Amino acid sequence: MSILVNNLSKFYADTRAVDDISFEVHSGEILGFLGPNGAGKTTTMRVITCYLSPSAGTVKVEGRDIQTESLEVRKVVGYLPEQNPLYLDMNVLEYLEYAAQLQGVSNSLIPRRMREMVDVCGLDEMKHKDIGQLSKGYRQRVGLAAAMIHDPKVLILDEPTSGLDPNQIVEIRSLIQSLGKEKTVILSTHILPEVQATCNRVIIINRGKIVADGPIADLQRSLHGGEKIVMEVEVPDGQSFEMVSLQVKTIPAVKTVSLIDESNGVKKFSIETSIAIDVRKALYLLCVEKGWGLLELHREQTSLEEIFRELTTDSEQ
Amino acid sequence: MSLANIRYIFVKELRSFFNSPVAYIVIVVFLVILGWFFTSNLFIANISSLRTVFEMTPFLLLFFAPAITMRLISEEKKTGTLELLMTKPVKESEIIIGKFLAAWVLFFFTLLPTLCYYGTVALLGELDLGPIIGGYLGLMFVGAVFLAISVFGSSMTENQVVAFIVSFLIVFTLFMIDKILFYLPGNLASTFEYISVDYHFSNIARGVIDSRDMIYYISAVGFALFMGTIVLQKRRWV
Repeated sequence: MSILVNNLSKFYADTRAVDDISFEVHSGEILGFLGPNGAGKTTTMRVITCYLSPSAGTVKVEGRDIQTESLEVRKVVGYLPEQNPLYLDMNVLEYLEYAAQLQGVSNSLIPRRMREMVDVCGLDEMKHKDIGQLSKGYRQRVGLAAAMIHDPKVLILDEPTSGLDPNQIVEIRSLIQSLGKEKTVILSTHILPEVQATCNRVIIINRGKIVADGPIADLQRSLHGGEKIVMEVEVPDGQSFEMVSLQVKTIPAVKTVSLIDESNGVKKFSIETSIAIDVRKALYLLCVEKGWGLLELHREQTSLEEIFRELTTDSEQ
Repeated sequence: MSLANIRYIFVKELRSFFNSPVAYIVIVVFLVILGWFFTSNLFIANISSLRTVFEMTPFLLLFFAPAITMRLISEEKKTGTLELLMTKPVKESEIIIGKFLAAWVLFFFTLLPTLCYYGTVALLGELDLGPIIGGYLGLMFVGAVFLAISVFGSSMTENQVVAFIVSFLIVFTLFMIDKILFYLPGNLASTFEYISVDYHFSNIARGVIDSRDMIYYISAVGFALFMGTIVLQKRRWV
């Protein structure tokens, strides 16, 4: 177990930023931390990285407690804070050296680690420039390079791709993915495709509470309880939507049938089932029996956007 | 406490002092004002003495110390780099001490050119070396106290101007306290005299190095740095 968060709460004055959350992250896992702004993502990350102390609960990183063995925890964690703060008056190499020194990388290793990070993050052309002169994308890479300079076991990235252009986003994502094979990575974001592209698991947090936790595929399935199927059929003239709908509802487990589109006798339905069983075969047999021309039949995946919106807006009302 | 960490922070801060124009401006202003007092004393009053240097420097330090230290921590708070620093295996005390030492060494380099005043005066007449060594030593101690307090001031806010004003008010109080002694009843006066920076400085500047004065300076610096450390740690308690 790489990170173990147990009943963690954090209060600021009278607001609960994080409210009694528990989760664990295994090594080699890339965990996406999702939630609307102000949900408690950054606070949770700040507690794990020892920047803030929890109001209640415990956090263990690589088996060490963040409060009693804080310095040890900080040695194995690499952290890229939100907004990526950097010393703008230092040049890239100076900054990487400083970061390595403070992380306790031994002096003989520092030049090698710096070279590796410059290579991995593609900073070679910029390495002698002041950080203040770099574009946002390069600054982000400098921040990442500094976070990884001591080859940490745990990497915590708070919105690592914010402000990057699409090409840079793809680069950073593949970098994170390649890192995730041997490290534990937690990354927070509110860009949903990013989570889909990089993470094996997501935690959705809203108003300080965890509202969903699991692999993306599981979340998609569990949200509605049932499945959603789209079917397009060509029915003989004179058969109305209601008649077809009635026929479809004779299949057990079908809960609702709604019409999406209709033109020239071609009807497109959206069918929801009450439990998670595959009714596609039953639908096909029904079409054969009734002599309908089956044009399309597929299972709809609930998108992460839908899951996110559903989980994070419901509880506000 | 790790000496290596203190050294890394010290080197980084000293480098950024000399990379930024602010340090040069402050040093030049300091030397120009001090130089004016020295030369006017020398040429107009015809007195060849370093006394004005030693009398004026603590007064100039009231502005110099908050000016060079105001950004040390407040800027890190404002830009968020403090978060980077605090999530590395570095203790708050190491950060405070490293930054304080960098400011102190900058002050040392600022004072260094004033040795040419010593050369000038030594050419013109006999000098008693004792008070001069004591004077410079005393200035370094006064500087240490003022700078340590200003580092504490800088740790309290993310606004450099506020840091400057807070630090100035504290060091100004410590500086002025022995100038109001005659308003106070006798027993209180001796306590206030002991707190005063200037009182201990005048002892050392006479060439007398007394353990009481040393204890005063060391404990004042220690206390100010400790308070700065507490302010940085406070973030983790709440």
